[in-house]
Amino acid sequence: MFDRRLIENFDWVLLLVTLLLVASGLITLYSAASAGMPVTQAFYFRQLMWFGAGILVMTGAFLFNYRKLDQYAYIAYGCCILMLLAVLVAGKYVAGSRRWLALGPVSLQPSELVKVAVIMVLARYYSRSATVKGMGFRELLIPMLLTGIPFALIVKQPDLGTAMTIVIIAATMTLFSKIEKRTLVCIFICGLVTVPVIWLFLKGYQKQRILTFLEPDLDPLGAGYHIIQSKIAIGSGMLFGKGLLMGTQNSLSFLPEHHTDFIFSVLSEDWGFIGSALILLLFLFLIVWGLNIAHGCRDSFGILMAVGISALIGWEAVINTGMVMGLLPVVGIPLPFISYGGSSVISMMLCMGILMNISMRQFMFE
Amino acid sequence: MLNDTALHSHLKTQVPDNDWYKRRIIVLLCLVVPVFMLLLLRLFYLQIVEGGNFRKLSEHNCIRLQAIDPPRGLIFDRNGRLLVDNRPSYDLSIVVRDAKPLNATLQRLSRYTRMPLDALWAEIEKYRNQPSYKPVPLLQDIGRDMLAVLEVNRYELPGIVIDVRLRRLYVNDQSAAHILGYVGEISSDELKSPRYANYKRSDIVGKAGVEKTFENVLRGERGGRQVEVNAAGQLVKILKTVDAVPGNNLFLSFDLDLQQKAEKLIDNVHGAVVAMDPDTGSILAMASSPSYDPNMFINGFSQEQWQKLISDPFHPLENKAIQAEYPPASTYKIITAMAGLQEGVINDGTTLFCPGFYKFGGRDYRCWKKSGHGSINVTKALAESCDVFFYQVGLRLGVDRLAFYAKASGLGSLTGIQLDHESAGLVPTSDWKKRRFKVSWQSGETLSVAIGQGYNLVTPLQLCAMIATVANGGTRFVPQIVSKIENASGDVIKKTAPEVAGHLPVSPDNLDIVKKGLWDVVNERYGTGRIGAIPGVEVSGKTGTAQVFSRKTNDTENEKQRTERLRSHAWFVSYAPSDNPKIAVAVLVEHGVHGASAAAPIAREVIRAYLSESTSQPSGEAHQ
Repeated sequence: MFDRRLIENFDWVLLLVTLLLVASGLITLYSAASAGMPVTQAFYFRQLMWFGAGILVMTGAFLFNYRKLDQYAYIAYGCCILMLLAVLVAGKYVAGSRRWLALGPVSLQPSELVKVAVIMVLARYYSRSATVKGMGFRELLIPMLLTGIPFALIVKQPDLGTAMTIVIIAATMTLFSKIEKRTLVCIFICGLVTVPVIWLFLKGYQKQRILTFLEPDLDPLGAGYHIIQSKIAIGSGMLFGKGLLMGTQNSLSFLPEHHTDFIFSVLSEDWGFIGSALILLLFLFLIVWGLNIAHGCRDSFGILMAVGISALIGWEAVINTGMVMGLLPVVGIPLPFISYGGSSVISMMLCMGILMNISMRQFMFE
Repeated sequence: MLNDTALHSHLKTQVPDNDWYKRRIIVLLCLVVPVFMLLLLRLFYLQIVEGGNFRKLSEHNCIRLQAIDPPRGLIFDRNGRLLVDNRPSYDLSIVVRDAKPLNATLQRLSRYTRMPLDALWAEIEKYRNQPSYKPVPLLQDIGRDMLAVLEVNRYELPGIVIDVRLRRLYVNDQSAAHILGYVGEISSDELKSPRYANYKRSDIVGKAGVEKTFENVLRGERGGRQVEVNAAGQLVKILKTVDAVPGNNLFLSFDLDLQQKAEKLIDNVHGAVVAMDPDTGSILAMASSPSYDPNMFINGFSQEQWQKLISDPFHPLENKAIQAEYPPASTYKIITAMAGLQEGVINDGTTLFCPGFYKFGGRDYRCWKKSGHGSINVTKALAESCDVFFYQVGLRLGVDRLAFYAKASGLGSLTGIQLDHESAGLVPTSDWKKRRFKVSWQSGETLSVAIGQGYNLVTPLQLCAMIATVANGGTRFVPQIVSKIENASGDVIKKTAPEVAGHLPVSPDNLDIVKKGLWDVVNERYGTGRIGAIPGVEVSGKTGTAQVFSRKTNDTENEKQRTERLRSHAWFVSYAPSDNPKIAVAVLVEHGVHGASAAAPIAREVIRAYLSESTSQPSGEAHQ
């Protein structure tokens, strides 16, 4: 039943890179946690437990043949949408938004899992509909719907960062599967026309929020201040860093959300340019490796899955690090493997499991 | 060879093969690598090129955020007289990390402030868990003398911070305390509620009165600034500032003079006065006695003062005008009369006989006048407040029809005034009794209800709104406590418009019969409220004497002999001038015994003061 060749073909490199990222995340979280309030040691241990669960999920995700995912894609997608609906009805309120679903002692953020589900359904759909010439409007209708539903539900929470991630990943997979040139031009022009029209209809405070989002300096007491502190933290790490637990910006809790979205600045402060550049290179390597798995895969569903997962990790890493370095607007997007948060950990480990699954079966003929 | 169109359709349907995908994957790779190069470049710029500068900035944590609290909106009376002000107060705190050497600094500080060194250390110990760049509050409201001493010696007191904070000042002390309320530090329960989502610890919020109900209007928007400080925590430069938006100013519906007049009138007794403009529902005065000084909540209580305040059996903190519930007693006969006339069980010619008691169900229900009123019609029954007449009207109506008119008059439900903790009172019905006591309604109970005893409960504000509704011909308004809201630069943001809550289901003819009876109460020689009359002004009204416990038939005890706590409450509800009412007043005096003697003179003086004032002023001014 279990093929020996699977073990021979197991992707040890992928596992190593994953574990390296996870370890550096845990070390950074430990540093952030040791700084005391409001992140305590409990955060660190909870994260450790999540990674334990994540390893199980990852193992589970490579034991069966990934082509089964093709069959179950819509069921998984449907379950995730139901969870999103449940969040809107019975979700936990934290700081003004409803993102969490309490399941006994743990709370889950279904929007993290939805990302993987969207990748699955789109991979299934495009593996059947993509043509060499590219897809037209008729073919794009269903993917738009599949992306639009979770997008709307997550915007409603509200969690703009995650909602936008889903759209960006879907867009990446769609462009990868090729859109007809004429259609692409059409979409582009439509976008150019509708954006100013929507802008006209927005209320004053909504415009203000978008402007602040694009230009943090307009909000010197909120996002603007966070970005300044984050830049100081990163910059003050210099070449070698201040060393583990020595980061002052972090320890004095100048950094907001320093265990979640701003964890990269804690890491950069502790480890300096050498450490943070290494992390960026690890991410780059992981994405290249993921694309390499897609390159070696021989069925279109597997290729699209691998591309989608690489896109997810790539975009989140780029947007998150770009944000904390003051290159991109401030959005609540976690840094994969490193940021604190159980749901993100689980969905990332699930992604790694699926990648391993595709990788180890690329030489198998059935 | 395929021709062009055939090639086209072939391409359109052609399923991509692996090589096609592989080429696209290579394109993706070519896009990813430069993006990461850009990120690395940025990292290099921040950490290597600018790293030294950022390291320096981080060493002192130079960039700090300071909140700028908005001044809270002021509160005025309707004519713009200041009731609640903000005064500057100076608070002393210390930033521990800047106050090196700490012990020497504290010793000097102890000398200048005359605060024991131990106490200073204790404060610092209390905030041990907070980051050392955050100020530890030491002394509040230090006064100008100490401020001067500290400022002069500042060079030897590193790390001290003196903040100017605005504190609430209730200009007229006790006056209108129950309407104004007071402010205080936000509690942890309040912080958890979504109503205070944008607040943070140690924020000041309204805790009672309009300070609480108009919190959103008064609060304003917090501003702040990014500042760079030096190693001693002193300001080097301001990087960015977001100005605070001051809170809006509140103009209340009453005039301070009339309000203070009403307060003075009930100063010696316990109870409440409510006066209302019958045409708009504007509150013209609302006094509750005993009262308290809201400034005590701002400047702090001594243990003794606090104990005294909360253990007072007459509840000074309670706004009796809206929170306390009393039996309406004979004032309820207005409702019984309206219901009887409108339902047709009596008309203005119906006479009923009162021998001084009414036999029902084998029991004697007494009239307050032992000798009886003889044959009597509805206007005279109102004027003389005959119990036996209204027993019979009540029996003919039944409790549920009575309740319908009571509810239509606004009893048994919140009036909707924008003040906290309003009580709804109680209008009993047969359904209610079944739900509440699981027992059917007894006809005998209808007799008590018809004269305003029994289960009936009302607040003084409800009765004032009721008599105002009768006075203006049947339109019930929501009582308004605010006349307008202005922003800090004096632009009117909102002007309160009269809000109709309902209409009396009583025909104008029937209402006129009742109003004739109310006129007789004050103006006929047999009226029970003659003491409420004012020479030159026609006043209408109704007295009431609410029993605190039920009167037993064999009770020979004199009212005066009863202990204070068991004496009846006194009511008087009235309006004037009778033909064109400009003011409606309800007065309740706890344990005042008789409505006529205890409550009516108070209502009279309120009306007199209001009407003489508004005739002496250019008309329109006082009513707008």
